[in-house]
Amino acid sequence: MNDSGMDGLASSEAPPRIEARRLNVVFGEAEDRVHAVRDASFSVQAGETFGLVGESGSGKSTVLRAIAGLNRDWSGHLLIDGVEQKAERSLGSFKDVQMVFQDPFGSLHPRHTVDRVLAEPIAIHKLSGAEARILSILRDVGLGPEFRFRYPHQLSGGQRQRVAIARTLMLDPRILLLDEPTSALDVSVQAEILNLLKRLKKEHGFTFILVSHDLSVIAHMCDRLAVMNAGRIVEEMSIGQLRAQRFDHPYTRQLLSASLGYDREIARGLVTFD
Amino acid sequence: MPETPETNGALLTVEDLWVRFHTRTRIVEAVRGISFSVGREKVGIVGESGSGKTVTGRSILGLVRPPGVVTAKRMEFDGQDILNAPEKTMRAIRGDRISMVMQDPKFSLNPVMKVGDQIAEAYRVHSGGSARDAKRRALEMLEAVKIRDPERVYGTYPHEVSGGMGQRIMIAMMMSPDPDMIIADEPTSALDVTVQMQVLSILDDLVTERGLGLIFISHDLNLVSSFCDRVIIMYSGQIVETCRARDLNSATHPYTRGLLASLPRVDEPVNELAVLDRQASWETGEGVDAFHE
Repeated sequence: MNDSGMDGLASSEAPPRIEARRLNVVFGEAEDRVHAVRDASFSVQAGETFGLVGESGSGKSTVLRAIAGLNRDWSGHLLIDGVEQKAERSLGSFKDVQMVFQDPFGSLHPRHTVDRVLAEPIAIHKLSGAEARILSILRDVGLGPEFRFRYPHQLSGGQRQRVAIARTLMLDPRILLLDEPTSALDVSVQAEILNLLKRLKKEHGFTFILVSHDLSVIAHMCDRLAVMNAGRIVEEMSIGQLRAQRFDHPYTRQLLSASLGYDREIARGLVTFD
Repeated sequence: MPETPETNGALLTVEDLWVRFHTRTRIVEAVRGISFSVGREKVGIVGESGSGKTVTGRSILGLVRPPGVVTAKRMEFDGQDILNAPEKTMRAIRGDRISMVMQDPKFSLNPVMKVGDQIAEAYRVHSGGSARDAKRRALEMLEAVKIRDPERVYGTYPHEVSGGMGQRIMIAMMMSPDPDMIIADEPTSALDVTVQMQVLSILDDLVTERGLGLIFISHDLNLVSSFCDRVIIMYSGQIVETCRARDLNSATHPYTRGLLASLPRVDEPVNELAVLDRQASWETGEGVDAFHE
């Protein structure tokens, strides 16, 4: 990690698209205090897909929510294209950073049609051309125009997730934050959504941060990853290093062996890291 | 359908099982004429959502309620008819001889009762022992599922325990009446991978040591092929393929092959994942039988 000289002004190289320096997130006070993210530092270059892997409570989603501006109670430094982000965001800054959530059943308003879901970001940001944009983006995510006036309950899980992805595209963002985008889907549908995300990234040049508990999904999608445990980034590596098993932390090894299936001997040897 | 197969050593035999749900406008056929048997082994039932795997598990226990209708040529547990058995008989079987572990302990445990008391209650209902016996048994069971401090956990409420702990408590509860068969419906899908492995190893030990039959319902092919002895693959209410778990990678049905190909793998990178090309013939074709040998 490079912690120095990344001001983005004097440097001849472009600053990383996203950079976190000693990011901390604390919830609650006194005995309810939870230190959810501890000194997390990482940077993601433009056009890169960066994975955050860990188990529930490891802080991976919290990091994502801080970057998205959904959580204001963080401290440390968050930079997007070298520009320091404040906890309080302007409306314009949301346009660049969009998020896809885990549960396509919970993230779409049950009484809004697809059309209304997609038109909303355009209205909020006071942009024009909603009509043409909705049609072209529906096509982009592999849904025909016949889906435009449907309600979420008329869609399958995979179709809903396509709508959720379409909604993020409406504002033409540069960064997509993906929070377990396929963990609620069947494996065959997961494959379709992952393929779609890869294609969109290629066409639009997005920068992705993908949060997942599934190391095989991370390995398929990402260039680099960070392993989180109990709020800390315990290790960062390239996918090549992961595949070649060139990493140090025993927790990473545990995650990797668990992702390969059940093994009686290995399962007995699993330990909890704090 | 050939003549009635031999039930050599089978705990459970199911022949030509249909489950239909009568709705206002049509009849939904959730399970369409499946036949299988389970011995003292670990059998995985794999399929996607809507394939009928959960309904199959529930119909064994007589838990399909109207408008659902269960029909079969034969449904026997340990030589006893469980298809036409009166509710009283089913009650004696349910929990006592066949028990069920559900997906999410959060929704299966009583939120206002100490977990230890719940395990003790399960034991007393089925064995009729004294309160003291039941408590001793509950503590034993908590120890059997590798809970480090059984006395402390006995006195906790469900919201005070983690997901992995909750699922171990569920397994302890289901094992306390000493059943012959367990139906586990996605027992570890709500858990983190490493916790999942720990819970599975506990289940594995209990099943092996006590010689139980286990029906393991899951959507996770990787997990089933590495955990079970035998696999049944369901699609659209039918069994499309069955094989030894370790042979799953050489499965031949295009649906099974398609599912396997759609999985991303750490050790086998691909640029694009294969997408299932669903064929109408998978649905209209004849299913296969999955009797154990």
